[in-house]
Amino acid sequence: MSASMPGSVAPRRQGFWDWRAACNFIFGGAGAGTLVYAAVMSPPSAGPGLLGLALVCCGLLCVWFEIGRPWRALNVFRHARSSWMTREAIVSLPLLGVGLGAAWYGSRWLPWLTAALALAYVYSQARMLQGARGIPAWRHPRVVPLLIATGLAEGAGLGIVAQLLLDPATLPGWAALLLVGLMLIRELAFVAYLGSLGPAEAPTRARAVLVRFGRRLVGLDVAAIIAAAFGTIEPGQAWAVGLAGLVAAFAGGWFKFTLVTRAAYHQGLALSLTPVRGFGTTRPGARPGW
Amino acid sequence: MRKDPAVARYIMVVDLRRCIGCQTCTAACKQANGTPPGVQWRRVVDIETGTYPDVRRSFVPVSCMHCGDPPCMDVCPTRATFKRDDGLVGIDYELCIGCAYCAVACPYQQRFKVQRATFAYGGGPSPAEAAQFDPARLGVSTKCNFCSDRIDAARGTGRTPGIDPEVTPACVNSCISGALHFGDRDDPQSNVSQLLRENEFFRMHEELGTDPGTYYLVEGRP
Ligand code: SF4
Ligand code: SF4
Repeated sequence: MSASMPGSVAPRRQGFWDWRAACNFIFGGAGAGTLVYAAVMSPPSAGPGLLGLALVCCGLLCVWFEIGRPWRALNVFRHARSSWMTREAIVSLPLLGVGLGAAWYGSRWLPWLTAALALAYVYSQARMLQGARGIPAWRHPRVVPLLIATGLAEGAGLGIVAQLLLDPATLPGWAALLLVGLMLIRELAFVAYLGSLGPAEAPTRARAVLVRFGRRLVGLDVAAIIAAAFGTIEPGQAWAVGLAGLVAAFAGGWFKFTLVTRAAYHQGLALSLTPVRGFGTTRPGARPGW
Repeated sequence: MRKDPAVARYIMVVDLRRCIGCQTCTAACKQANGTPPGVQWRRVVDIETGTYPDVRRSFVPVSCMHCGDPPCMDVCPTRATFKRDDGLVGIDYELCIGCAYCAVACPYQQRFKVQRATFAYGGGPSPAEAAQFDPARLGVSTKCNFCSDRIDAARGTGRTPGIDPEVTPACVNSCISGALHFGDRDDPQSNVSQLLRENEFFRMHEELGTDPGTYYLVEGRP
């Protein structure tokens, strides 16, 4: 049975969370990843750490511009029992505090505490998206490892760029390897997510958007890996590793923008059974747009 | 003996065999609640199924389903969205920050948010719109509340929501074909319990575990 539904019955793209909400995930995830990268660097380098904190702040600022009643924003802390938005807000406080402390004192263990909080932050963001049960492409459980993986890849990419710009001597040779490894993990997480997003899991148009994006992600990741390899093999070409980092971060940001705005089709309305008025019999249901 | 209304579970029962898609309920809701243009807490969707020449049109009234396990409430960071003991899901406009997390968590697309006041006829409000205008509803999430003021007015008066029109949602009162019914699912003697006992029904997106409080009646199973 085919079904076409006039009006807004079939899933349509949500319009509640626009680029400002997307930027919270883009900057917040990349910022958290950068803070993890900053901890992994030994000795700790202040550049990536400060960049990570700035990105997290930018993300929070973007979401503040998005909400309808910004002067009541502190109410966001009222529902830690079940809201991942509250939990994200709560984690952001010690993250920013400890992160600033780590940058200020240059201690060896504070960056690791910051990294743990950053992981909690990006995990909260991922669970926040998964908690939106009205958007099939978001509520899939594999969105969580994917958002964490891309945050870490973006963070490594941006951390490398920050080190190259501020203090190139602190950039170890294995940073490019770390970046490539994280990009491969992200790619695997994306393939696993998309592979499990079957016709029963998401509307047709949402899946089409993600399939299209998947091809672009592969292209960008391959380009970044080639640049990273070139920068590592060729002496004096560290800029190529920086370029790989930028591409890795851009690809992750583009993915999150696509997921939050472009692939964000609602559940849509559906009939479990098709009713009859007058004569005839009840028929099987219809789920248009799926 | 009358059942204690404080332990009710109010639900909506929609008889899809009767709805003719006239949108009288849509208009009654707009009139009763003063919702701005583009916001329809109650609407009737027109669903066309089948292949020519064997096509069928179904008219399906939808509004907030007042879910028993509302995803909108779980995600709300401010606790502005709450569920009452009688099953009604409401929003405290003074707490809401307008983050719209609830709107993306609702699988039924029944949440609305408008940032600026708009009116049906150009710039200014009509006298009716001016009388109903509520600035507290700007920049926050809104939705159908099952006309909770009317339900509350029944308390202690001996009147029964779903039976006595003054304490029954406006859409139910307005329905010209008797397709909309409202009442207490936990009362085995109620109008809605009887309808559910005597008819086949389904609930939309039940598989998502929301325990929706809107039941659609159909004529048997295929
Ligand atoms: S229909 Fe949507 S808005 Fe209404 S209670 Fe259920 S989830 Fe919440
Ligand atoms: S928009 Fe208001 S009711 Fe909805 S989740 Fe945000 S604070 Fe809660």
